[in-house]
Amino acid sequence: MMQFMLLFSRQGKLRLQKWFSAYPDRAKKKITRELITLVLARKPKMCSFLEWKDLKIVYKRYASLYFCCAIERDDNELLTLETIHRYVELLDKYFGSVCELDIIFNFEKAYFMLDEFLLGGEVQETSKKNVLKAIAAQDLLQEEETPQGFFEDHGLG
Amino acid sequence: MPTVKGDGMRGLAVFISDIRNCKSKEAEIKRINKELANIRSKFKGDKTLDGYQKKKYVCKLLFIFLLGHDIDFGHMEAVNLLSSNKYTEKQIGYLFISVLVGASSDLMKLVIQSIKNDLVSRNPIHINLALHCMANVGSREMADSVGGDIPKLLTSGETIDSVKQSAGLTLLRLQRSSPEMIPLGEWTSRIIHLLNDQHMGVVTSATSLIEALVRKNPEEYKSCVSLAVSRLSRIVTASYTDLQDYTYYFVPAPWLSVKLLRLLQNYPPPEDASVRTRLTECLETILNKAQEPPKSKKVQHSNAKNAVLFEAINLIIHMDSDPNLLVRACNQLGQFLQHKETNLRYLALESMCLLATSEFSHEAVKKHQDTVITALKTERDVSVRQRAVDLLYAMCDRSNAEEIVGEMLEYLESADYSIREEMVLKVAILAEKYAVDYTWYVDVILNLIRIAGDYVSEEVWYRVIQIVINRDDVQGYAAKTVFEALQAPACHENMVKVGGYILGEFGNLIAGDPRSSPLVQFQLLHSKYHLCSPNTRGLLLSTYIKFINLFPEIKSSIQEILGSDNNLRNPDVELQQRCIEYLQLSTVASPDVLATVLEEMPPFPERESSILAKLKKKKPTATAEGGEEKEKEQRTIPQAQVNNAEPSAPAPLPTVNNLNTAPSGGSSGGAVVDLLGLDTAPAPAAPASSGLNFLADVFGDQPATNGVDDDALTPGAEENFKKFFCKQNGVLFENDLLQIGIKAEYRQNLARVGVFFGNKTTFQFTNFTSNLVLADSIKSAVSVQPKAVEPVVEGGAQVQQLFNIECVDSFSEAPLLKISFTHTSQVQKLNLKLPVIISKFLEPAEMNSEAFFTRWKALSQPDQECQKIFKAQFPQDTEQVKQKVLGFGLSILQGIDPNPDNFVSSAILHTRNQQVGCLVRLEPNKQMQMYRLTIRSTKPEISKALGDLLETQF
Repeated sequence: MMQFMLLFSRQGKLRLQKWFSAYPDRAKKKITRELITLVLARKPKMCSFLEWKDLKIVYKRYASLYFCCAIERDDNELLTLETIHRYVELLDKYFGSVCELDIIFNFEKAYFMLDEFLLGGEVQETSKKNVLKAIAAQDLLQEEETPQGFFEDHGLG
Repeated sequence: MPTVKGDGMRGLAVFISDIRNCKSKEAEIKRINKELANIRSKFKGDKTLDGYQKKKYVCKLLFIFLLGHDIDFGHMEAVNLLSSNKYTEKQIGYLFISVLVGASSDLMKLVIQSIKNDLVSRNPIHINLALHCMANVGSREMADSVGGDIPKLLTSGETIDSVKQSAGLTLLRLQRSSPEMIPLGEWTSRIIHLLNDQHMGVVTSATSLIEALVRKNPEEYKSCVSLAVSRLSRIVTASYTDLQDYTYYFVPAPWLSVKLLRLLQNYPPPEDASVRTRLTECLETILNKAQEPPKSKKVQHSNAKNAVLFEAINLIIHMDSDPNLLVRACNQLGQFLQHKETNLRYLALESMCLLATSEFSHEAVKKHQDTVITALKTERDVSVRQRAVDLLYAMCDRSNAEEIVGEMLEYLESADYSIREEMVLKVAILAEKYAVDYTWYVDVILNLIRIAGDYVSEEVWYRVIQIVINRDDVQGYAAKTVFEALQAPACHENMVKVGGYILGEFGNLIAGDPRSSPLVQFQLLHSKYHLCSPNTRGLLLSTYIKFINLFPEIKSSIQEILGSDNNLRNPDVELQQRCIEYLQLSTVASPDVLATVLEEMPPFPERESSILAKLKKKKPTATAEGGEEKEKEQRTIPQAQVNNAEPSAPAPLPTVNNLNTAPSGGSSGGAVVDLLGLDTAPAPAAPASSGLNFLADVFGDQPATNGVDDDALTPGAEENFKKFFCKQNGVLFENDLLQIGIKAEYRQNLARVGVFFGNKTTFQFTNFTSNLVLADSIKSAVSVQPKAVEPVVEGGAQVQQLFNIECVDSFSEAPLLKISFTHTSQVQKLNLKLPVIISKFLEPAEMNSEAFFTRWKALSQPDQECQKIFKAQFPQDTEQVKQKVLGFGLSILQGIDPNPDNFVSSAILHTRNQQVGCLVRLEPNKQMQMYRLTIRSTKPEISKALGDLLETQF
């Protein structure tokens, strides 16, 4: 199973984190720091897989963002690369050519999308259509619910 | 500011923009604190916030948390959102809980209540939110209070597909965190049948669940095998249009395929022939597809296709039964070794490591040796080179050891620091394991020290010393070689240690040459003394005192050094004490006493190589940690060279610890016993004679054996061994921890013996080794190809070790099976006789009375006959005797002996060198309860061997 997935920028800023097993907060911070340093130090042509503690790290860079997953010993590295890619495609389709800013400003959407795609560290639904359909259904509900405090919502709100 | 999807929360977007515009960390913190104060006041204010505002503030808190700041309020507001009837508010509430609220939180009760409500809401989109939250938090409490409803949700015909998918993986998560909470017994069959579901997404999710359940209880879920195979078969034979959106870049359902292939790796090859054929076809199809031209140039296509291929290869390796598939897999990986994609080269090297351990594909892997060596030299990524090292290590055997070790040594000169230590260990192990010529071994280890002295751990140089001490054929060579190595102007401190130790023991072997006369040796060592650490100096001092014994002619030069101010008043207490004591010893002791105290070290008991143990322990942190791992423990100064002269000081080598506990260890050598006094109990002559000693041996942390009785059989071994004379399968040994079963097949001069080790405990066995040792007398008569066993045997698990044995010539002693493992940190050792005896290679032969007597008479020379007259140990039941004779491998010839009670038999003994006819006559005397046994064959030793074996059986 996938243990966790981290999205971070070339500058080393964490943009999204998803933990599929329970880790204490302190451990999460330490792991994140370590992995960001480790992955950013790697050169472009290098292998996308590396052993790390008793896990395997699979990472791929898309524009300014690194997607980095930790999987277990007997998990499939190549397929994990494509799991990352499918997630990127989903974001791309949803946001319309996704960029780092979309994920920063709509982090909650990125999480909802991930929950439809991966659950409990396993792939739940690989069909792009089905995932997007589920998210579209959520958005539809969102639009039906009129924001009441819209006018007060300026500045610090 | 980019557009915000949906209605969004404008306030949130503004806040995020503000944070992004902050010029400094301080400004950011200031802005965050301002926001936190604002939110706090809103939450505390009297004015009740509406749902939208609560949602917005909770979302802001979440964002602040994700930036890395602590959040200590707002949890209650998030929980309130859960009960909102607006979907988006509920959703943000659940997100906050999933990300921020730990399983142990006080609020969990409230959260669980909301989950319960949503699960029964009949609104699938709400049910899914609740399921996602459970899958994200996965606490025991949740499993306990709501988990019981999930299996029903998963298998009910009324549940819609998307909910089933989430329910499957939610159940998986809860099973992982608290397996005993949700009994699934009544659901097993329905869960398995999800593999047949119409909806691919449901199957995708269910397969992961089933795999996890199978791992816990393979027997109960066994019927999933045929369903998984047929599902897989339908996918791999589908065209890429068949599966619509489940086809990924022209690859049909890669995720599901990989999950199914993994599921199957939990079982042995299917028993049912048709299922097995179908699976083989699937695997062949996958291998075939790898050869087809790609349907797309996109990397996604090749990755997905190869992901399935690698998983298929994993399954082929796991089944380890179809030589054709294994060799095809190996060839496929061979192609990848030279692929332009680094990722594929990496994975090919990794998978090949596994193939190298299969007897079917080991040779095929070896064909790629040159490519792997090239990879070691040319790969730019250290993690790929690491894989190449691993593979070379795995593919090494006696035939290529010299070349591989040579290449690894050469590479070591320029190897990355991060992998040096591991490489040193591997080289040391290979050199030891495959050394035919131990001078080569000594050369390799000294080269290791020369090239990568800093990375040569203590285990490695301890080991070379142990081996040199135990093998007198290399001692002279070792002394000469270290002497030469020490001549280098700058040599590594580890070289000084090894050199000091070896010269101290065996310097006399080269002292005849004037170029390495005693004084020259001493001066050479002493020229390094001042550059060394106190540890090494201590060791050298021991060498000096040993020199006094070896070379009395340089005693005065050495005493001068020992007595120098620098040493006698050394600030290091250990050194000072050594000098004083050694000086005193050399002055007061008579030459006889000196010779006894400073005698050559006795051989070390043969154990598992300590280096191997170290390699096993070593975690693959090489690429991650990098740099230096300073974990040097405080070590006491080595002084093992002096036979226990100071019983209080700890010995440096793990394997000599016994010397310090000599009273219980016993027979470690005359010197020790003499020194410690005559009241020391002598070592037990045979362990069988003393149950207590056996216990001490098997259950003690350090076995009380010390070389001498290390080969002694475990009690009971002989009795059980004899039971196998007339049968092939059964239990060879059993105690509270372990059961060892044997399953053997014999064909002419070949044997295939499976040894099954069953761990009866709930704890794992570690450092598990099982080696077949052939006594010198039978080394040339029996050829054995053992398969290695995994070093870890899980609690309750059974592992098999296979030996392919060939009978080359007749032999009379059974091979010794030496087993050792660690159980709850206790080292356990067993020595058993493997029931492979000469009679196993008998093939019963039929002949008529005339032929029998002609041959019988032809074999009338006295040494061709072996006759035994013995008392019956068992009731003389004709039927039982008959069964034993047949079981032993003899025929029963009717109508030859006039006395119908007698047994007359003939057989052919197959060895590689020859076939030998054997004739047997067994005459029971029921009145006397005696037997007379007569055996005739052309070979006296075979007659005797068979006689000795048969005598024990009746």
